[in-house]
Amino acid sequence: MNTASRADSAPIVSVRDLRVTFNGGKKPVSAVNGVDLSVARGETVALIGESGSGKSVTLRSLLRLHPERRTRIEGRIEVAGEDVLALGSRALADYRGRVASMIFQEPLLALDPVYTVGQQIVESIRRHERISPAEARKRALELFERVRIPSPERRLDAYPHEMSGGMRQRAMIALALACRPQVLLADEPTTALDATVQIQILLLLRELQRELGLAIVFVTHDMGAAVEVADRFAVMYAGRIVEEGPTREVIRNPRHPYTLALMQARADGAMEKGARLASIPGAPPDLAQLPTGCAFAERCTFVQPACLQSRPEAVELGGGHRARCLRTDATAQAVAQSARATANTSILLTETA
Amino acid sequence: MSIGISIEHIGVAADSDRGGPAQPLLTVNGLVKHFDLKKGFVDTVMGRGKVVRAVDGVDFRILKGETLGVVGESGCGKSTTARLLMHLIDPSAGEIVFNGETVGSPALPLREYRRQVQMVFQDSYSSLNPRLTIQDSIAFGPQVHGVPKQEAITRARNLLERVGLEPRRFAGRYPHELSGGQRQRVNIARALACEPRLVILDEAVSALDKSVEAQVLNLLMDLKEEFGLTYLFISHDLHVARYISDRVMVMYLGKVAETGPAEALFEQPLHPYTRALLSSMPSMDPDRRTEEAALAGDPPNPIDPPPGCRFHTRCPLAEAVCSQRAPSLKTRQRRETACLIHEPGSGHSHAAAVAAAVHAS
Ligand SMILES: Nc1ncnc2c1ncn2[C@@H]1O[C@H](COP(=O)(O)OP(=O)(O)OP(=O)(O)O)[C@@H](O)[C@H]1O
Ligand SMILES: Nc1ncnc2c1ncn2[C@@H]1O[C@H](COP(=O)(O)OP(=O)(O)OP(=O)(O)O)[C@@H](O)[C@H]1O
Ligand code: SF4
Ligand SMILES: [Mg+2]
Ligand SMILES: [Mg+2]
Repeated sequence: MNTASRADSAPIVSVRDLRVTFNGGKKPVSAVNGVDLSVARGETVALIGESGSGKSVTLRSLLRLHPERRTRIEGRIEVAGEDVLALGSRALADYRGRVASMIFQEPLLALDPVYTVGQQIVESIRRHERISPAEARKRALELFERVRIPSPERRLDAYPHEMSGGMRQRAMIALALACRPQVLLADEPTTALDATVQIQILLLLRELQRELGLAIVFVTHDMGAAVEVADRFAVMYAGRIVEEGPTREVIRNPRHPYTLALMQARADGAMEKGARLASIPGAPPDLAQLPTGCAFAERCTFVQPACLQSRPEAVELGGGHRARCLRTDATAQAVAQSARATANTSILLTETA
Repeated sequence: MSIGISIEHIGVAADSDRGGPAQPLLTVNGLVKHFDLKKGFVDTVMGRGKVVRAVDGVDFRILKGETLGVVGESGCGKSTTARLLMHLIDPSAGEIVFNGETVGSPALPLREYRRQVQMVFQDSYSSLNPRLTIQDSIAFGPQVHGVPKQEAITRARNLLERVGLEPRRFAGRYPHELSGGQRQRVNIARALACEPRLVILDEAVSALDKSVEAQVLNLLMDLKEEFGLTYLFISHDLHVARYISDRVMVMYLGKVAETGPAEALFEQPLHPYTRALLSSMPSMDPDRRTEEAALAGDPPNPIDPPPGCRFHTRCPLAEAVCSQRAPSLKTRQRRETACLIHEPGSGHSHAAAVAAAVHAS
């Protein structure tokens, strides 16, 4: 993993000041409010953050999957040199699946219930390439072997509902890879899988990243899963990326109070039986009425009057680590304190490693 | 704190308890579900008469007010078991006894049973009606069971508040206008709106971020306390299963591998599959990423499950006898295990050692 040399080449995904507003309801909902994100070739970025913070909306924007009439998308999205927001409908159809493709949170939504999984992969390949059905089926079989679906030949003829969650997830990854994309967008691909299968899928994603040079954006709530696959972490809150940096840095030295709170929710011993679980008090802001200042201010332990004045700009912390917070120092102090207090296991592990 | 569930109502249900509090709320005996394979497919590939043995002889009990966690490999039959318990599909064999009465018998007709048992489905999207606002979705069930409309709506809004979705902001939205985690919370609210006694939660919190998950788990614990609810909690998140469950049941390929009190089972797993499962948990340490899956090999095909112990094809401790003899669930100190190692006299070389250790202690 040579992150430095990767950073030299132009990123394959570049999102600048992305804003997504839904106009369908009574009040416009600003689901994404200025997201900047770059992903290098062959790099995996984990997008984590509060439920409803705009992770899925950001991913769907990369494929322009939102209903055009009811959605306003502003900013710039470039993927593999294509100006995604400017693509015409033909070019867009060509782009989807071939340049970037997606694995969804719920495989049953991505897979068509009335066709076998094999038929769907064959169809998808033949939509992009002029090859015979037999040849396409051969490739579908290879894909099933690649994602290690047992008895692949037989499973190609199965309908989605006949597969278990883990198998469906693999089938969906196979479908997503059908047209050899360069970017894989994964929305909670392991959320419904047991630990033994989850780790297999994570290892599979790592292998695909390495062997096919895939860039992966991986949305998850599971920090453990994110640590397993991601080179970098990006943490979202209320439609913005509030902290981003190399995995190790963000896990060990979070600088945004929201990231810190999220890490503490799952620290060792946080789930003691019978005890109440700690959650971040309060609720995320109304996306139809965002505050002028920091969106986290209302729930933040370190809040100061200045936080309410304007949205914090990104503070560069070195090595590509940045946080949108006026009080990165306060978070740093809290991290150091808790490390001293508990002789934090992750610190012990670094020393012995 | 009220969510609008009438205490009197729950009180009546509690009065009709059979056998008092010690009697299990739910007893499942020899539950089996075999799915038929489609014709043509069967003829060409598998030969006639083959079935998917999704659930293949499962026995368990859930005590009143208890939370039974269910974990196990993807495809081992957890959701199928849940759907059988909900009577959404008919069992191929077996019996479900609820509160002392066989489900579907004249003493406990399905309609009456269905009111008392609710489920949160694994697939949050397809289980909500896309044409109903979430408030109407939640209020629908109670109205079907005779709750006046206004009361049902009040109950729906209270529940939305309790699952952390401010009604003023969210009540009028449609399912597609919500994030995955928000939809799953609507499903939880909807299940609770019918004042059930038993709630089946199938991956109910796995789509939530850790902070909201904590909030929802706290809520589930509170409601359990307030209304004496009983949960069957299916989860792939072992931390969560351990935290919320009184007892945990581990399934493998349509059968129960192991059942026991949560702490004991996690501290000292007895079944080799449980051990593999526990050691597959990610470490959260970027310098110690997993290099190899703890459990390799293909999960066996539920159409032709391996003979003997179903885990023997992947078990690190398997011996010749494991492919010949099927272990049965053996009970010892509140723990049940289906492994020849824990079956004295089974012929497995570790089995004798275990039996001796028992005598020594
Ligand atoms: N079509 C829509 N109309 C109105 N609001 C929407 C629409 N789609 C999403 N939203 C809102 O936009 C916000 C971001 O949603 P998104 O699905 O991106 O969240 P997420 O970060 O993926 O959350 P989760 O982790 O729960 O999946 C949410 O608050 C959601 O309610
Ligand atoms: N309608 C059906 N027809 C044929 N096979 C089915 C059907 N429903 C489920 N199965 C099969 O039954 C087995 C058990 O499936 P089930 O959904 O119960 O697993 P699960 O334990 O819930 O898995 P997961 O953790 O992935 O959700 C799987 O092999 C699945 O492919
Ligand atoms: S019975 Fe044999 S194969 Fe099965 S779990 Fe025990 S040791 Fe492993
Ligand atoms: Mg999402
Ligand atoms: Mg399931």
